[in-house]
Amino acid sequence: MNIYALVKRTFDTEEKIVVSGGKIQEDGAEFIINPYDEYAVEEAIQLRDAHGGKVTVVTLGGEDAEKQLRTALAMGADEAILINTEDDLDELDEYAAAEIIAEYLKDKEADIILAGNVAIDGGSGQVGPRVADLLDINYVTTITSLEVDGSTAKIVRDIEGDSEVLETSLPLLITAQQGLNEPRYPSLPGIMKAKKKPLEELELDDLDIDEDDVEVKTATVDIFLPPQKAAGRVLEGDIADQVKELVNLLHTEAKVI
Amino acid sequence: MTKKVLVLGEAREGSLRNVSFEAIAAAKTIANGGEVVAVLLGDAVASLAQEMIAYGADRVVTVEHPHLKQYTSDGYSQALMAVIEQENPEGIVFGHTALGKDLSPKIASKLKAGLVSDVTAIESNGDEHTFVRPIYSGKAFEKVQIKDGIHLASVRPNNITPLEKDDSRSGDVSAVSVDITNLRTIVKEVVRKSTDGVDLSEAKVVIAGGRGVKSEEGFEPLKQLADLLGGAVGASRGACDAEYCDYSLQIGQTGKVVTPDLYIAAGISGAIQHLAGMSNSKIIVAINKDPEANIFNVADYGIVGDLFEVVPLLIEEFKKIQNA
Repeated sequence: MNIYALVKRTFDTEEKIVVSGGKIQEDGAEFIINPYDEYAVEEAIQLRDAHGGKVTVVTLGGEDAEKQLRTALAMGADEAILINTEDDLDELDEYAAAEIIAEYLKDKEADIILAGNVAIDGGSGQVGPRVADLLDINYVTTITSLEVDGSTAKIVRDIEGDSEVLETSLPLLITAQQGLNEPRYPSLPGIMKAKKKPLEELELDDLDIDEDDVEVKTATVDIFLPPQKAAGRVLEGDIADQVKELVNLLHTEAKVI
Repeated sequence: MTKKVLVLGEAREGSLRNVSFEAIAAAKTIANGGEVVAVLLGDAVASLAQEMIAYGADRVVTVEHPHLKQYTSDGYSQALMAVIEQENPEGIVFGHTALGKDLSPKIASKLKAGLVSDVTAIESNGDEHTFVRPIYSGKAFEKVQIKDGIHLASVRPNNITPLEKDDSRSGDVSAVSVDITNLRTIVKEVVRKSTDGVDLSEAKVVIAGGRGVKSEEGFEPLKQLADLLGGAVGASRGACDAEYCDYSLQIGQTGKVVTPDLYIAAGISGAIQHLAGMSNSKIIVAINKDPEANIFNVADYGIVGDLFEVVPLLIEEFKKIQNA
């Protein structure tokens, strides 16, 4: 099976966001594989172990993303591709990212492509479905279970708390929802092996992409932090009185009930 | 310049969702005095058209087909693309729901267009529209503009105020006939797990439990309170990891992001990842035994106490108000 996992390097979920001059400050921040993409990598590895084949992890970004690719290789992926746009592009949006990734994948004859359903930084969840559309293959988003049998896939999909049971066929792109699996931690031998696994770096030239073809459709004009919520009122007195006061406040002051 | 803007309406169990009315309000802003056309897709949706008009749509286009009874990206994209070809709109607004999240990027890809997802506000200056949306799960916000071409956006439930419903409004309702073919996905079954159809991301009231809930049974009083207030139950990652509840209830940086009018956090300490998923709620109530819990730093009202004592008392008090 020819398996691809799309990953993104993102801020660690522990990080506080600091904005200055309309930009997110990255200095000193810890970076991780986007947690939803970790589910995709884990599922890719499990599929390969069950059906044979090869797992290639692909990311789009700068030199720094090599670290996250090595982590995916240490988890058990076989090869990694870094599409480095650092020198060529000042900005990326979902349209441009999908165009580039699809251009790379178009002649790879992937049986299945796995991605996270959303990246915890940008949070738009667009790139997976866009890539599938550009490749003219089917996609299913926010999946919590995947069973592949020959060219048939049985899938359970999370739809706002309910589950949808689906059947479709390969080739296919799926996006992972929490609950799909429990991503493994890289083992020490895994980390040692990962250092020797192939990691190829490509630039737009290597993909025959002209910068004009991937000009962004959207522009971020400002980034700001939400107003700090001031700590509110901790009620006092015996519990029954506090509850009475709370209900009264919600009813008359906050007017939400 | 005025614009023609489409709105994809969405029904759940036969009723239109609030987010569809909110999307009409967003479309009105983008249209800048132009026409707002609601689109309804399904096997029998024409009866819902008048309600879209009452909430501000100027007219409605329906596509009815047995293959649209259940959502599939293939079926819905074929139907919507046929409407887009007929109407040639300058904007399309979706709800940022399971359906909207799945469908809108495919439509954007087919139109080679920019799409702004998960919009919480639109600032308009004539023809220039700036979309506000959360990033880092609400730890920050960005303002995005679409450079040129068709404006596509999906709006997050509960953030944009719908227009006042006016049943006296009238508008044209027309049907487009589309041949829906080559569905690559078959929906075998939908398993309903959510309580009484109140969806977590759209709920006006969310009652969330954390590790302090201690067990699956511990969620019962929270469910009772949610039912009483017409709300939904949510959870912290801690509660999900401890298998007290399903991951589909998880609120936080991984998990759902919610912005209800009232968020009651019971037995939740308030890790930064959880706060990212709920701190933009309008009113936050924290119930926790630990007076030092971080959740009190974002709560409007706090009660230091045992949730198993507080929640049943809350149920009694709310009942009194409802009966008054």
